[in-house]
Amino acid sequence: MISSNWIAFRTIIFKETVRILRIWTQTLLPSAITSVLYFIIFGKIIGDRVGSMVGIGYIEFIAPGLILMAVITNSYGNVSSSFFSSKFQRNVEEMLVSPASEHVIILGYAAGGILRGSIVGLIVTVISMIFTKLQVFDLLIIVSMVLLTAMLFSLAGLVNALLASKFDDIGIIPTFILTPLNYLGGIFFSISMLPEFWQKVAALNPVLYMVNTFRYGFLGVSDTSITFSFVFLGLVVLALYLLSMKLFISGKGMRN
Amino acid sequence: MNALSIQNLSKQYTNGHVALDNVSLQVKEGDFFGLLGPNGAGKSTLIGILTSIVRKTSGNVSVFDKNIDVDFPAARSLLGVVPQEFNFNLFEKVWQVLVFQAGYYGVNRKTALGKVEELLSRLGLHEQRNSSVRMLSGGMKRRLMIARALIHSPRLLILDEPTAGVDVELRHLTWKFVDEINKNGVTIILTTHYLEEAENLCKNIAIIDNGKIIENTSTKNLLRQLDNQTIELELSTRLKTPPVLNDFSIELSDTTTLKIQCSRKADINSLFTMLSKKKIKVIGMLNRSARLEELFVKITGKG
Repeated sequence: MISSNWIAFRTIIFKETVRILRIWTQTLLPSAITSVLYFIIFGKIIGDRVGSMVGIGYIEFIAPGLILMAVITNSYGNVSSSFFSSKFQRNVEEMLVSPASEHVIILGYAAGGILRGSIVGLIVTVISMIFTKLQVFDLLIIVSMVLLTAMLFSLAGLVNALLASKFDDIGIIPTFILTPLNYLGGIFFSISMLPEFWQKVAALNPVLYMVNTFRYGFLGVSDTSITFSFVFLGLVVLALYLLSMKLFISGKGMRN
Repeated sequence: MNALSIQNLSKQYTNGHVALDNVSLQVKEGDFFGLLGPNGAGKSTLIGILTSIVRKTSGNVSVFDKNIDVDFPAARSLLGVVPQEFNFNLFEKVWQVLVFQAGYYGVNRKTALGKVEELLSRLGLHEQRNSSVRMLSGGMKRRLMIARALIHSPRLLILDEPTAGVDVELRHLTWKFVDEINKNGVTIILTTHYLEEAENLCKNIAIIDNGKIIENTSTKNLLRQLDNQTIELELSTRLKTPPVLNDFSIELSDTTTLKIQCSRKADINSLFTMLSKKKIKVIGMLNRSARLEELFVKITGKG
């Protein structure tokens, strides 16, 4: 059964890879273009006037956040759109009637999201190297934070797709929740610049921990505790995984 | 051994509708079993429960003695299903649909690719192997659904209206194909609205209505229940009025065609003798009874 589930897991990843590459103009290209614009406008044009942020050149300061923002939006978008399309076209039934367990399906889709998030993260990293010199302070933290972030948002995308009953439902979360969380998550500024009250509010934003820990991997500076960030994000991943499992078992929108 | 064993199966939807009411049914290994019933009778709910798309309210279901709740991976791996409606990812290629499906069942890629070639050739889809599903005709999609259901070599194949909306040639090709599969040992459960299809293919038939099995017997036994038959005779003699013969109800369809209704026990030899005496020469004969259809209407009371 383990080997059978392993083959099923690999199949879902292969299927997702085929999809990502088939529609690369929708999955890989947009983030590359957006990041070039961010680096030109925020990094060069505005950044030259801002000067430095917590003693670091502005473009160097925002580069890790821009890379992670691409990871977040792509891992989330991949799973929410791919799984909801399967649900909408009812080809999710191909998996539901098979012996593949719910764990395999959840992890397979999450792996697809991680894959796209990582590919796009790599593309944006290469683009950022055109505009600034990226230093590496701790590679293990960089890689583990990319994987943890992509896992978290892949699972969040899956929860969204499981709950959604129409295409509009998978557009609402990125617009009204994901984008504000990203912009207020310390990508473009240090939260030490905020008044004390807003610093406490910002501390509730999980993106803040991701961005700061990821930035720490490059620059060795962070507004948050690295250990706390990993523990906190690990718990969020666990909670989202359990929620996905619960929704899968309930069969909402998939089983009658 | 029973390929399928259903005991006291019930399904009540959240809106209160009882789709299945204490259904019990056994299908023997190797059988070609027909599940017939009018629209809304509970056929699709029953198939949905077997394939785990619909959750049962109560009862037990086993596939080759593997309980679908207790040992679901084993039970599901023994089942193949051809659903009524197309449920492909329309942007995938034909070979990808099959390889992915095989993967979900734990069939490794190398074995799956070999099986893909075999099934696509047998079902006349080999030329389309690299086409997107959305480029296929309706008939091709139907055949692809059958290939997909067989990719993991199931022992029990469920066909839910497999020939709905397909042309005559393709319907016959499908019949021939599934008949071969059955002869090779795969147990088949067929639901269909084409009663001729069930009559030709099925060894045993159950009729379901209002969520209950109201008939479950061999096709032969079922057809024995018919009282009447309709015979059509082609004549070389032109007639203006139909002849009057005892025990036979006769209509003139056109000047050279007689439509005769009689008991299944009627002596057909005597019919020919009486027609000869009246100098009416018969050059052809067809049995026009839509036999199972008549019986279906009689049993369910729904035409």
